[in-house]
Amino acid sequence: MWMGILFALPAILGFFIFTLGPMLASFVLTFTDLKLINPIKFIGLDNYVQLFRGSDGLFYKSLSTTFQYVFMSVPLNILFAFCVALLMNQQIKGRAFFRTVFYLPTIVPVFASSMIWIWILDPDLGLLNNVLKTLGLPTSMWIYSSETVIPSLVLMGLWVTGNTMIIFLAGLQGIPNHLYEALEVDGGNKLHKLLYITVPLMSPTIFFNLVLGFVGGFQIFAEAYIMTQGGPNNSSLFIVFYLYREAFQLSNMAYASTVAWFLFIIILVFTFVIFKTSRMWVYYEGEGNK
Amino acid sequence: MSAFVERGSKTLVYLFLAFGCLVCLTPFYWMFRSSLMTLDQIFVMPPIWFPSPIQLSNYHDALTMFPFHTYFLNTLTIVSLSVLGTVLTSSLCAYSFARLNWPGRDKMFALILTSMMLPGAATLIPTFLGWRTVGAINTFIPLILPSWFGGGAFNIFLLRQFFKTIPKELDEAALIDGAGLFRIYTSILLPLIKPALIVVALFAFLHHWNDFLSPIIYLNSEKNYTLAIGLQQFKGQFNAQWNYMMAASTVVILPTVLVFLIGQKYFIEGITLTGLKG
Repeated sequence: MWMGILFALPAILGFFIFTLGPMLASFVLTFTDLKLINPIKFIGLDNYVQLFRGSDGLFYKSLSTTFQYVFMSVPLNILFAFCVALLMNQQIKGRAFFRTVFYLPTIVPVFASSMIWIWILDPDLGLLNNVLKTLGLPTSMWIYSSETVIPSLVLMGLWVTGNTMIIFLAGLQGIPNHLYEALEVDGGNKLHKLLYITVPLMSPTIFFNLVLGFVGGFQIFAEAYIMTQGGPNNSSLFIVFYLYREAFQLSNMAYASTVAWFLFIIILVFTFVIFKTSRMWVYYEGEGNK
Repeated sequence: MSAFVERGSKTLVYLFLAFGCLVCLTPFYWMFRSSLMTLDQIFVMPPIWFPSPIQLSNYHDALTMFPFHTYFLNTLTIVSLSVLGTVLTSSLCAYSFARLNWPGRDKMFALILTSMMLPGAATLIPTFLGWRTVGAINTFIPLILPSWFGGGAFNIFLLRQFFKTIPKELDEAALIDGAGLFRIYTSILLPLIKPALIVVALFAFLHHWNDFLSPIIYLNSEKNYTLAIGLQQFKGQFNAQWNYMMAASTVVILPTVLVFLIGQKYFIEGITLTGLKG
């Protein structure tokens, strides 16, 4: 018995030192004025008041940019990855090759892919605008205009849907063929197959990817840090970037902890809502047997 | 007629996939093509697709303009020690959670799993303050040591699933033969889950190689910088010199691409497994 605890000790200690401990400490910090230069003092709810008042005008801005990004990018990513997975699940040759190619962008470090995209999205010299020009299509300022910066980052995000796509593909391959055959016998066509078999059977996987997508999407940071520095005009000031700036550039540790907790609550609420509504749209095989 | 439609739709599928491949690969090509150009060629409008002449010296220039070898060695040190810690401790803990009986085991496991859902940003500041208190800022310790504490809930979860597929009779027989629990773990179970260990090692490699937030928070002197910060710095200095920037980016990306291409079978298996369990 002691051996068991001993073997699991790294994970147990790790959980208390690097997860639970910091979580609680972070919560306590929200009631202080810690700025790294002054002795710490408890100030009650002042941080929360400052946060909700939004006196710097940036907190609510960061919320709105983050929500815009998440609501554009998560559904698009899932839809896109699902469509690609559907295509790859057809009776085709070279599936392994396609899978490798579609996954490749996902393994590129974000600090490097951001460099590539800054170059590609350059309004004058960039590849994208030049291709659009050649095709006679309108060009864009991409990340250099406050209207298009978030859609640009969403577009860039579509380049790295590899994980989602592979999880979908694995799910699709697990759907037993006899279901499709049965529907064929009943005279169903391809659309029926998609709507009555594929989508319902894939709903747990869609659900899983949706949760992962939201948790990840709310925490977008590196792209903004590297490509836009939150700009232009704070229009890509995502909440984690705002938090980072407050904590590590302005040393407002306590206030930043309050922002972190707020983000934590948002993600918690989102996950909770998705879980709750999942009963309505997620189909679990074998549930009827319970 | 139906065969004709069938063939047509198949062609369409291939067309879409081919277009997708093009979209996936073009940025890589564009980076590589730019990394071989002279600055004059970079600025030619409309852009040209093939560099001529090919200027290989960009790589030499870019890599000597900033202390690339130091950054590379730093990154390598951090990544390899983190991967080692992750593989060793996550497998040991997963073994305990899958096989050994102790009070509160499953509750503890569930608790550890919840940390998977936790946004990293929520624990960032106190963790930073903690490392600051013990004087570990601007060392590699904050980037390496956490991996030696179980290597993350996700990896423990993954390996636990693998341990559970191995018949229990195997360790019971060894136990009767007088082998200790640690012996069973090292000489019977570990060899059996080797593919899973490779998956964990690959994920850990990518995770730490691609890590951006920890280096920028914890490292603040040039001698300790990683490639992530180095590339950032480079961008600040050589803003418009796209050929150098793309050469540097190519070099930074190359290791991850190679590791992926070599280990992709394991990658796909690993991701597939996580998805199906969810």
